[in-house]
Amino acid sequence: MRATTLNGLQAATGVNVISDPQRSRPARSAPWLDTAFEWLTRVFAFFVFSILAAILASLLIGSQVTLQKYGFAFIWSADWNPVTEEFGALVPIFGTLVTSLIAMLIGVPVSFGIALFLTELSPAWLKRPLGTAIELLAAIPSIIYGMWGLFVFAPLFQTHVQPALIDSLGGIPYFGALFAGPPIGIGMLTAGVILSVMVIPFITAVMRDVFDIVPPMLKESAYGLGATTWEVVWRVVLPYTRVGVIGGIMLGLGRALGETMAVTFVIGNAHRLATSLMAPGNSIASALANEFTEAVGDVYFSALIELGLILFLITTIVLALSKLLLMQLAKGEGTQT
Amino acid sequence: MNTVTSMSAEGSARAANPIDAANPLYRSRRQVNFVLLVISGFALAFGLFWLVWILGTLLYEGGHALARATLYYQMTPPPGADGGLANAIAGSLVMVTVGTLLGTPIGILAGTYLAEFGRKGWLAGATRFLNDVLLSAPSIVIGLFVYSVYVAQVGHFSAWAGSIALGLIVVPVVVRTTDDMLKLVPNSLREAAMALGCPVWKMVTFVTYQAARTGIVTGILLAVARISGETAPLLFTALNNQFWSNNLNAPMANLPVVIFQFAMSPYEDWHRLAWGGAALITLAVLVLNILARALFRKTD
Repeated sequence: MRATTLNGLQAATGVNVISDPQRSRPARSAPWLDTAFEWLTRVFAFFVFSILAAILASLLIGSQVTLQKYGFAFIWSADWNPVTEEFGALVPIFGTLVTSLIAMLIGVPVSFGIALFLTELSPAWLKRPLGTAIELLAAIPSIIYGMWGLFVFAPLFQTHVQPALIDSLGGIPYFGALFAGPPIGIGMLTAGVILSVMVIPFITAVMRDVFDIVPPMLKESAYGLGATTWEVVWRVVLPYTRVGVIGGIMLGLGRALGETMAVTFVIGNAHRLATSLMAPGNSIASALANEFTEAVGDVYFSALIELGLILFLITTIVLALSKLLLMQLAKGEGTQT
Repeated sequence: MNTVTSMSAEGSARAANPIDAANPLYRSRRQVNFVLLVISGFALAFGLFWLVWILGTLLYEGGHALARATLYYQMTPPPGADGGLANAIAGSLVMVTVGTLLGTPIGILAGTYLAEFGRKGWLAGATRFLNDVLLSAPSIVIGLFVYSVYVAQVGHFSAWAGSIALGLIVVPVVVRTTDDMLKLVPNSLREAAMALGCPVWKMVTFVTYQAARTGIVTGILLAVARISGETAPLLFTALNNQFWSNNLNAPMANLPVVIFQFAMSPYEDWHRLAWGGAALITLAVLVLNILARALFRKTD
């Protein structure tokens, strides 16, 4: 269907004019170029697709020795003795979960407050600078958090905050055990507090995004009925965006679980199972950072790589769940409004 | 006010005007609202407080070191001697550059597939999902991965390994922004190009890439900012080097690992250099971030 009137156009563009508007059909002049380009991008997309699987495979291969030696017992054994080559992951797993939990307990309400302020209260001209400032918290490299935590935060925390916590909460039966022991500055609580600052920008960003998709009509209806700003946020915005908010929290959790350098500086790196949050502990990532280059012997090496495998599995599951929740919210967006 | 009168007052006020200030129910709701909004303001202040505190500390502690010229041309010293961070700065620049050069083309091409070709089939959706997981995956695991597949195979730590690890962190950032930015390009532009008889490869490279250029560059800048401060993946790959090295096949000094080593040491003068390095890195990362934002805002 090549009309003669199109000849001028063909001369100008140097290619044949195609009649079919479907993009996938290549022009006749160099059909192989289009196919080649599409395949080039497809190959790289497949490369990105397979990175996670490759990581999983390499960690599985690297941890063969301990996987076969201990099986699942590795997860709940608290041993960590490079001399006798007895290893277990319980202490680092415990430290990782406890520090992340502390980070979530502080980080989630604060992030919610910030997102609420930025979406509902802030004057329009302040939104951007304040939002950018919070996002810059995410830009600061984690080693800076760690160094600052070790030299500046931990000493202050030790002299001012920890004694107060021990005095006030340490006496409560059972619960007080969490706050027992001497205030030494570094430890799981310090690591958790610093982690909480690090996850704030991530959770806030997601919460702001999902709060913004609430149809204005819903909010205005509530305001029209006489609801206060807090009631609109708590009873209209939050129920509407619940799935997305949980997705944001999971994203923050995924970040906190895998955070390495900041935790390594302040957690104390002690392979001990302690009930007190003030005590030094260890996390998976900081055990890897501290010990990997110094590890000798197949079993030690394999144990560390298996720690990496456990961390990878936990964070991947948490992050995948987060992504699924956020996708579910995005899907519902079109139908509910 | 006793309960009886307040209840009757509430009843009559509600009948008259539910949002009258005299209505006790309304007033208590207003009070709850006020208190919680003030708390949300405090939450924001809490977030900003840490930012100001950390940046202030860096300027205070690292300012002196930054102002000394020796920081930029002398090598990392043994404890007790005077020195700078020249080899670490150079090593970081080399590895960040090579990492960006490795990761960017992969990211852009994969992102192109997701946005331009992936409308049918399973690959695009699955890749987009896994890429988002990869985006937040712990960087220390990337370091372990590169160690297992590269360092352990060739038998020695090297700057190449460090660059590959950094490149792997660049990829998901660039894939995500390229995909997002290309999807923002209006379809009418693509259709116009097709109507002129443009082949698809030409349409993508000459039309949609041009339209999405600033967005893609923003993504690359953010990726560079992200890897500039990454420490964990370099620990097992590039390791560290006390001397200047031009050899990409040997361990190379780099700022983050030097900061880690110096800060964890018991020596005062190493601490000072570590603060200088920390201030330098943070400054660079923040400038890159703000640059990326400014660039992106211009296109908004």
